Amino acid sequence: MTGGFLADAVVYLAAAVVCVPIAKRLGMGSVLGYLLAGIVIGPFALGFIGEEGKDIMHFAEFGVVMMLFLVGLELEPAKLWRLRRTILGVGSAQVLITAAACAAAVVAIGLDWRAAVAVGLALSMSSTAIALQSLKEKGLMGTTGGQSSFAVLLFQDIAVIPILALLPLLATAHLAAAAASAAAGADGGYGSQSDAGHGATLIGHLPGWMQTLAVLGAVAAVIVLGRFVIVPILRVIARTRLRELFTATALLIVVGIALLMQMVGLSPALGTFLAGLVLATSEFKHELESDLDPFKGLLLGLFFMGVGASIDFHLIGAAPLRIALMTVGVIAIKLAVLYGIGRAVRLSMDQNLLFSIGLAQVGEFAFVLLAFIAQLGLLDPAWTGTLMAVTALSMALTPLLQLLNERLIQPHLGSCPQAVERDDDEIVDDHNQVLIAGFSHFGSTVGRFLRANGVDATLLDHDSDRVDLLRKFGFKVYYGDATRFDLLQAAGAGNARILICAFDDLESTQKLVETVHKNFPHLKLLIRTRHRADAYEILDLGVDPASIYRQHLDTSVRLGVDALLHLGHRAYTAHRAGQSFLRQDEEAMWKIAPTRHDLQQYISSVREQIALQEELFKADRQSDPARGDHAWDSQVLRDVLGRPAAG
Amino acid sequence: MARVLVLFAHPRLEKSRANRSLLRHLPQIDGLTFRDVYEHYPDFNIAVAAEQALLLAHDIIVWHHPLYWYNTPPLVKQWIDMVLSFGWAYGPGGDALRGKAIFHVLTTGGAEAAYQLDGFHGSTLGQFLLPLERTMRLCGMDWLPPFTVHGTHVMTEAELDRHGALYHRLLKGLVAGSLRPDELHGHATLNAALGGLPLEGARE
Repeated sequence: MTGGFLADAVVYLAAAVVCVPIAKRLGMGSVLGYLLAGIVIGPFALGFIGEEGKDIMHFAEFGVVMMLFLVGLELEPAKLWRLRRTILGVGSAQVLITAAACAAAVVAIGLDWRAAVAVGLALSMSSTAIALQSLKEKGLMGTTGGQSSFAVLLFQDIAVIPILALLPLLATAHLAAAAASAAAGADGGYGSQSDAGHGATLIGHLPGWMQTLAVLGAVAAVIVLGRFVIVPILRVIARTRLRELFTATALLIVVGIALLMQMVGLSPALGTFLAGLVLATSEFKHELESDLDPFKGLLLGLFFMGVGASIDFHLIGAAPLRIALMTVGVIAIKLAVLYGIGRAVRLSMDQNLLFSIGLAQVGEFAFVLLAFIAQLGLLDPAWTGTLMAVTALSMALTPLLQLLNERLIQPHLGSCPQAVERDDDEIVDDHNQVLIAGFSHFGSTVGRFLRANGVDATLLDHDSDRVDLLRKFGFKVYYGDATRFDLLQAAGAGNARILICAFDDLESTQKLVETVHKNFPHLKLLIRTRHRADAYEILDLGVDPASIYRQHLDTSVRLGVDALLHLGHRAYTAHRAGQSFLRQDEEAMWKIAPTRHDLQQYISSVREQIALQEELFKADRQSDPARGDHAWDSQVLRDVLGRPAAG
Repeated sequence: MARVLVLFAHPRLEKSRANRSLLRHLPQIDGLTFRDVYEHYPDFNIAVAAEQALLLAHDIIVWHHPLYWYNTPPLVKQWIDMVLSFGWAYGPGGDALRGKAIFHVLTTGGAEAAYQLDGFHGSTLGQFLLPLERTMRLCGMDWLPPFTVHGTHVMTEAELDRHGALYHRLLKGLVAGSLRPDELHGHATLNAALGGLPLEGARE
């Protein structure tokens, strides 16, 4: 490929733009679309990209790092703590049992036991990129199956570190020494994780206890930085109101932490996950999420295309049956182990299938581990190539298996009576049912009222100073422009029931109404407007008149009622007069609405309404039996009955 | 010396000649508390604790209201439902009102003769008040006959003043202790117990 950067970009982007919508249309999810795009532009189909596909993958794997940052952002420490048993229990069971089963299988087909253990460990890894991406895309992260999947993936992320430390012990002593020095430069291009624990780190030459100290120090640094440095910096950046600067800061945080982790030999994904956790409770949670999400998406897409392009079809072509059998075998073993574990922790049938099929592929960590195993001399190149092909194929097959599960298996489970009780404890979904956009005096009053009645709302505001202040008072406020689709999405608009729009200005309100109508039609909108003219503008967007609230209407009528009281009017009569006035005013307002575009007609119509209102209220004052009410008014009765009989 | 609480309920006092007149005759004395509930709760959102505290601070409760459709104005029913709460006014431990006396002061547009078994309405006022009587008795209160002002639609100012004077005498006597609740039983109305209207022109 010689077209340079622009031509490369066109190839990748065009492939994605063509393949992903087609895959989506066929109900396959974006992952399979990217994989297909990679195969199409890869060396074995159109040949637009060759060996450099692996470099692309190296770069694109940063998407996984970013994804874990975002996962951390969404998780919050308290939720992670709730998941601790699942992570340790289900995670370790999955890695150990799968590794043992795969090792036994490769021993059976003629590998040395040491190589078999190494390969088993490599094959026990699942693809965080594929599994999490498809769970998120389908909105299944909050289900028990989704949470179990996440727990297993997180455990694997952590497990990679000791595994990388363990592998050299499997090799003979002199081989290990040779490999360790080679490891630094020879990570083959796969992986942000490949540097973990070995020569490439800055602290590699230090004695063991100092390395441990450095690692612990780095973890502490991430936590302290997140709490006391990053958040204040973000506040300053937010105050500049330059969106791209905020995005740049967000990228800097992720890249910086990834670099720090690499320096001390920890997995960058793990480090950014930790940073995400720390920032999850800050007011910038949703803004960071929405700013980084497109980068993560693009990088992951690129990564999947790299996987597609790297499938060695020559190798597969040379021994198609063998590779096919191995792929099916590995998937079958992983699926069986995962399903068994799912049964053991009492996942219901449908959740268990979601869990076991989602994680049945061999993941991107395996590329890293296999390359390392090869360097250690535990495995010959032919085996390595075969296993890499199996890994790539298994990743490509996952979306197809999921499709099969969704289309053919799940529909029959709906009435499945033997579905086991769901374990509710770990459904982690705290999205509030109410969102309030714009948390000025108006919005904060609404928020306080709802909170007083046990309804917690997610609050979005664009004024970072105000956000700061309100958070000090314990409100869950997030900084960001609530008219943006991505921020609404991140704040949980997809799951909420009500969106209260409390913006001060008409323009933002209109923008928000349009965004919600387009993207979240299920949301009930309740809209504050400044006055009658604004209310008409909102009405023109097709909003239900009963959901439009003119901000001064109730207050001014309430004041008017109190004025009547000070003049000596009876409280209940004044109260009823106020209520009737509100009703009349609203009715009159919507009655005029259709005609207001025709100015002439509007004027006459308004005059008509004013006249009508005057008449109605005059009538009420005089208690004219023909109009208004005269309940509890004995004057009328007296007039009819009393006069002749008086005396 | 008894402490008397007059709870007054009229949704539209400004249109009621008879009740405005009666209120003018309320004695302005220590020991008598007047509370206009429609002025306090135009939105019907009754402050239960405040009402209960008032009840506890008095010995004799007077409900003063017009009779609408053989019944109280709606806020009185709201008050009963909210203030006479379970465990406070009735039920286990609900003895806060035990031993207090209660009666109603009623104005009706129709004549007294209409509230007889053979009259226009076919029942006595006592019969129409049965749900209220049972309610108050359930709370352990001493139910007294009502003080009534009938025929307000056709009443002259002078006649209203004579009723006002009798009302004045009743309240003043109860506060002073010269009238004792247990002596007021056995009559159809408190008006009768007091010996009827004072002579025309008599002022208290």
